[in-house]
Amino acid sequence: MPKKKNKKPLSEYSSWELIGYRFKKNKLAMLGVFMLAVIILVTLLAPLFIPYEKVIEQNVRQKLQGPSLEHVFGTDELGRDMLARVLYGGRISLLCGIAIIAIAFIFGAIIGGIAGFIGGKVDTVLMRIVDALMAVPPALLAMAIITALGNGVFNLVIALAIAQIPRFARTVRSSVLTLRNMEYVEAAKCYGSSSMRIIVKHILPNGIGPIVVAATLTLGAVILSISSMGYLGLGVASPTPEWGTIISENKINIRYYPYLGLIPGLCIMFSVMAVNFIGDGLRDAFDPKSKN
Amino acid sequence: MLIPVIIAVTFVLFVILSFAPGDVVKTILGDEATEEQIAELKHELNLDQPLLIRYARYMMDACRLDFGNSWTSGYEILPEFSRRLPYTLLVTTLSVLFAVGVGIPLGIASAIKEHSILDYGCTFLVMLLASMPAFWLGTLCQILFCLTLRWLPVSGVGSWRHFILPSIILGASTLATMIRMSRTSMLDVIKMDYIRTARAKGADEKKVLYHHAIRNSLIPVITQIGISFAGGIGGAIVTENIFAIPGIGVMLVNAVKSRDVPVVMGVIIFVTIIVGIINLIVDLICAVVDPRIDFAS
Amino acid sequence: MNDDLLQIEKLNVEYITDDAIVYALNDFSLNVKRGEKIGLVGETGAGKTTLALSILRLLPKKIGKITSGSIKYESEELLDKPESYMLGLRGRRISMIFQDPMTSLNPVKTVGDQVLEVLNLHFPDLSKEEKNAKVDEIFRLVGIPAERKFEYPHQFSGGMKQRIVIAMALIAEPELLLADEPTTALDVTIQAQILELMKELKEKYNSAVILITHDLGVVAEFCDSVAVVYGGRVVEIGKVEEIFGNSHNHPYTKGLINCIPDLTSTAPRLHPIAGRMGDPRIKVQGCCFADRCPNATEKCKTTPPPMVYEGEHGILCHLYSKEGA
Repeated sequence: MPKKKNKKPLSEYSSWELIGYRFKKNKLAMLGVFMLAVIILVTLLAPLFIPYEKVIEQNVRQKLQGPSLEHVFGTDELGRDMLARVLYGGRISLLCGIAIIAIAFIFGAIIGGIAGFIGGKVDTVLMRIVDALMAVPPALLAMAIITALGNGVFNLVIALAIAQIPRFARTVRSSVLTLRNMEYVEAAKCYGSSSMRIIVKHILPNGIGPIVVAATLTLGAVILSISSMGYLGLGVASPTPEWGTIISENKINIRYYPYLGLIPGLCIMFSVMAVNFIGDGLRDAFDPKSKN
Repeated sequence: MLIPVIIAVTFVLFVILSFAPGDVVKTILGDEATEEQIAELKHELNLDQPLLIRYARYMMDACRLDFGNSWTSGYEILPEFSRRLPYTLLVTTLSVLFAVGVGIPLGIASAIKEHSILDYGCTFLVMLLASMPAFWLGTLCQILFCLTLRWLPVSGVGSWRHFILPSIILGASTLATMIRMSRTSMLDVIKMDYIRTARAKGADEKKVLYHHAIRNSLIPVITQIGISFAGGIGGAIVTENIFAIPGIGVMLVNAVKSRDVPVVMGVIIFVTIIVGIINLIVDLICAVVDPRIDFAS
Repeated sequence: MNDDLLQIEKLNVEYITDDAIVYALNDFSLNVKRGEKIGLVGETGAGKTTLALSILRLLPKKIGKITSGSIKYESEELLDKPESYMLGLRGRRISMIFQDPMTSLNPVKTVGDQVLEVLNLHFPDLSKEEKNAKVDEIFRLVGIPAERKFEYPHQFSGGMKQRIVIAMALIAEPELLLADEPTTALDVTIQAQILELMKELKEKYNSAVILITHDLGVVAEFCDSVAVVYGGRVVEIGKVEEIFGNSHNHPYTKGLINCIPDLTSTAPRLHPIAGRMGDPRIKVQGCCFADRCPNATEKCKTTPPPMVYEGEHGILCHLYSKEGA
């Protein structure tokens, strides 16, 4: 059936507007944006309603209490408030995730950009190194780096970021290479468009798509990695809260006090899901042909 | 092709792992160690030599299949690895078989019945499985099926029943990938002109599907199986730790925790070799399925 | 004996997409006699391919829909037939050659197997040797060495692939062949070769052919009669001589003929048809060509024109109707 009329026909949208239009039309993507906004807001604003002390404050007399008004998410084995731990844990999980993607993105873009633009021997050497790093499963590469650097939030971020750099470098390089010789770039040059205009109007919307999509989808994977490392005892160490660490420290109590495991687990799940929805939405918005 | 990559990988790992050797010696000896003790151990472990010399020695030993001993526990790395590898390979292989066996038919079915309840169900399942942390799903399932319902053994490797839950848990995210990939691929293929040609020849839907669509739709999925297998070995680290399976994952995590450099080094090199071999096999399978790929290259 | 092979009457086909309904065929009528070679000419998007797919009932599921009309094949109404009947028809009695040989062959099966499949589907009683002999023979006929049947599509050039597609379409010796722009995707020299091949094969097999094309030259060379299609309708139909050697034409046909470069003429330039094809999402009240027609009157915009026949030559236009325009 013909749907309601747009304000102007689609053919008059610029490529950026079209991407935004397609993204907004994607219901799952908008749900993802909403979920992520809620999660980020609640975790960021946590200090406004719960002081950090609550996170580490132990109170053995109040241990393993189910959810109540006083402790909305209950308390753990050491009587620590789970709400505080989950909220502050979320800050670490999400901030680390974003930091990792940012670092991997920047270094990946530099390496991939250099390889793509300069080409020749530089490209060959850089790509050989990237190939070598890609041959190692990223989880194992991260573990090697943690072995060298030791435990800790900072080291975890570095380790997981380095493990992701090769993939970003690859994506950026291939974007640069395909775009450099695209016919529509040639066409734009022939029309006498300025370089800046070519970059903003043609290269960016088409070239940045795969990179942004890769970054978003990797963010989901990275949030999972952070919590897995925490669970294995190789990441954020107790008493600093982090979703994976919280599940790990409550392992033995989850059977009889399921809320200890369910709440942080669901937090991880919903964050990753939100990020994945956004990533999928971006992919379809940037490249409508890939949509099935 | 594999050998230069392995050499490059070992070198990169060697550089990474030699970043903080001083710390490591202190970790091994404890805080009370004297300067002399530290120097002595450093000499014993060749840590006082320049990086390139140490690398050359390591590679020469490696060629004689000597990957050294654990710094903290003293065991020989290669035999220990070989003893543990079968468990890891078994769980990983079972998980991939599970994901492939369930995921590909589900993905193809949901592509054929696009917009059906089955299709929406599969999409939902993919969304869930792709965002659940394996350690969480594993812990919850262990509590439910092993502790509460007592259907399956909790942990260890006594019988085949011990491997059911770990394989399913490890295969969960691969399952999501398999469903999604085969669905997308099938949807692409059924839009192809040659499918229309097959219909125009008078082939019924079944023949179109079995003779023309499935084989084409599997080509991208097979490549993905290889990637998933590599990812599965990484994921096995977590699964082994949940279910106390004595595979290389447990060995690696313990080594990372105690900063046992030669063990970490050895395990990662072996795993990289295994992953490389798996990818080689996958390439061969691809070449068999897809005649456009030249065997020679 | 009834001479009519295919009778299409007042066929209406719609494509239903998310945003709109596209009216692809509007009251489309066409008769094809046994052994007749008829050319279907018109611009891209006029509904030519839709017609071919409708005859085979292979319109894209869920999107393409035959809303009304009738397609009779040997006096049997195809639109009422079950799918199983159509399966016996497709590839055996009606077969189709597709536009793009690059994508019409399955990349993972040998070309021999793909041709053989037609025999397996429709002649299950033949022995293996007989089938193989038939495959070898058809390969020879279309000019491909039989030993190359063990190769895969990617090992052939575009022209060779089209020969294989033709082999596939002809091996069952169908009564009707739908050729959907069989030469458009090919280089000019290869086009000539494929056309030559089709002319040779037309002598050998006495199949009726519906040749879909936008190339009037091809039609003049290959066909007995022509149907000019515009906006999902036949706007003019007749023998090749009647269409090309006649000043008595539909304004659209005139436009098409004026678009052919004539090397002998001294005319300084070609005369393209003004404007663009109408939006197929809008059902037209009057004549679908009215907006572009140099002779259009008020009546053309409001009243659908009648098909005016002079013998077998029909023109869908008010200009030629008895009442006059």
